[in-house]
Amino acid sequence: MTTTNQPTLREQVEDFLFREAALLDDWLLDDWVDLFTEDARYVVPTTDLPDGDPKRDLVFIDDDITRLRARAVRLNSRHAHREYPWSRTRRFISNVRVRETGNGELSVNSNVLVYRFRAGEGAPYVGSVDYVLRRDGKDFKIAHRRAVLDMEALSWHGAVSIIF
Amino acid sequence: MEIKDLIIDDRQRGIFRVHRSSMTSDDLFQREREQIFSRCWIYLGHESEVENPGDYRRRTVAGRPLFFARGRDGQVRVFLNSCPHRGALICRRDAGNTDVLQCFYHAWSFNTNGELIGVPDQEAYGPNFDRDELGLKEPPRVESYRGFYFVNFNPYAEDLVTYLAGAREYLDLIVDQAEEGMRMVAGSNKYTMKANWKLLVENSLDGYHLVPTHQTYLDYISGLGSDDSGQTASSRIVGKARALGNGHCVIESPVRSGRPIAHWHPLFGEEAREPIARVRQRLVDKYGEERTFRMADTSRNLIIYPNLVINDIMAITVRYFEPLAPDNMEVTAWHLAPREESESMLATRLDSFLTFLGPGGFATPDDVEALESCQIGFRATETQWSDISRGMLRPAKSTDELQMRGFWRQWHANMQGLSHTNVQDAPVEETEAALVLADD
Ligand code: FES
Ligand SMILES: [Fe+2]
Repeated sequence: MTTTNQPTLREQVEDFLFREAALLDDWLLDDWVDLFTEDARYVVPTTDLPDGDPKRDLVFIDDDITRLRARAVRLNSRHAHREYPWSRTRRFISNVRVRETGNGELSVNSNVLVYRFRAGEGAPYVGSVDYVLRRDGKDFKIAHRRAVLDMEALSWHGAVSIIF
Repeated sequence: MEIKDLIIDDRQRGIFRVHRSSMTSDDLFQREREQIFSRCWIYLGHESEVENPGDYRRRTVAGRPLFFARGRDGQVRVFLNSCPHRGALICRRDAGNTDVLQCFYHAWSFNTNGELIGVPDQEAYGPNFDRDELGLKEPPRVESYRGFYFVNFNPYAEDLVTYLAGAREYLDLIVDQAEEGMRMVAGSNKYTMKANWKLLVENSLDGYHLVPTHQTYLDYISGLGSDDSGQTASSRIVGKARALGNGHCVIESPVRSGRPIAHWHPLFGEEAREPIARVRQRLVDKYGEERTFRMADTSRNLIIYPNLVINDIMAITVRYFEPLAPDNMEVTAWHLAPREESESMLATRLDSFLTFLGPGGFATPDDVEALESCQIGFRATETQWSDISRGMLRPAKSTDELQMRGFWRQWHANMQGLSHTNVQDAPVEETEAALVLADD
């Protein structure tokens, strides 16, 4: 029996996702945006249409890299009033599944729970985040990030004001 | 405090104030349910949401669980979502398609015309048990205007078109932008604000807050380049505010970014220039330059009293809010788009919507924060009044508050048991003069 210290593919991906979660919880949004490819997309469908296609349907968020950068600029600006002062968040990532899809790309599914605390209240965002990751040397880049909320409505937070 | 004292409306001095208990009191909230939500025409949904026979949608309107369905005969009907037997919800999904709705409790079944078509073990009932009497109940009044369905729980209410008063023309201005009619895009924004519903009425018509509250949006848009379409001098138009009667109000403003109908902006990309120019030409051919100018180069935020907002701005959003408590409401917003729009123009329109609108956009979260912030501020009960006097002594601009006064005056009349108010901002005559090119 041989043992190896080589991390498995899933462990590598998990390390990447945990690093991403830490950047978001620490509000290091410029560093977070740097995880994306130039042709990336960040999509959050509405709660009533989790399969929504941003080309055809109304979604909450459909950012290309330009709008993603603008989102970071906005959240860093102190004028995104829902998030200034910043909320405290804590992210829990689990149930990570990884599939190689060829061309150096990985299809990744994860379960995500984010607690958000602000202005005397706290509540979770719950859902799954699916990624297309592209290999970048020893690391990965995010080519697609689709975050699907399980809640029936935005009843607790009133908005998707943080990055879910 | 008596209801008549809740508003100070001093038209000589130009002072308008609203007592904040109107947004915190449980008693007044209950009274609103009776005097406003049980007497006015309340928005229910759009015909395109039940496109095919058998389609149905469930919705809460004015506190009542309702659903609407298109029958096999093609007709849209609205039902109270409560079993005539002993009360259970008949429709238990938000949307679907069916021929038969069966109550799960004792299995009575109904068709999409509302008729009771099945009662298990019906022999147990006596000879006077009449199925015809036990069909699904409909609201006392249901009417539609150009695809928008409204219900009214007052059987003696005036008809919808009369009720819409001056808002009718604005609905036309929006619906006429489409060649083959409008439809609701699939997907809705559903979110809660811990704030009084009337704060959202004010906010939806508040040109004054745009620059200070939504600075990040304006920075983002100006960072993308400016409108160089050369089509208009719209940046030199002064917006205006109007009260349209029966509490309906509007602000019309110059276009700040682009409009998919039919005002190009760099945000849309070069490839959209040509299709947008074609839409514009079609509008000019059909409606002439002046009406096209209004459709394409001005945007409008319209409130249909009491709780429907249609913002025809960088896209068209239809927003309905259901008061849950004095300090809580549920908002649902949809995206209205022309049926005939090509895939790529629809994608452009959807993209334009998301820059500003919706709870994941660059503006709406800040509005949620503003309204909740006001509601918390109201707990400082020694600060009793909110001031809504802006522009009271001049022809109102879109950054003034005439439109909010129009809403509040109607609210005040309704709460005192009156159905109408004809009070306008005196002594200033409302003029069309505000919607002309400014000198500077
Ligand atoms: S309550 Fe519906 S069948 Fe009895
Ligand atoms: Fe706003």
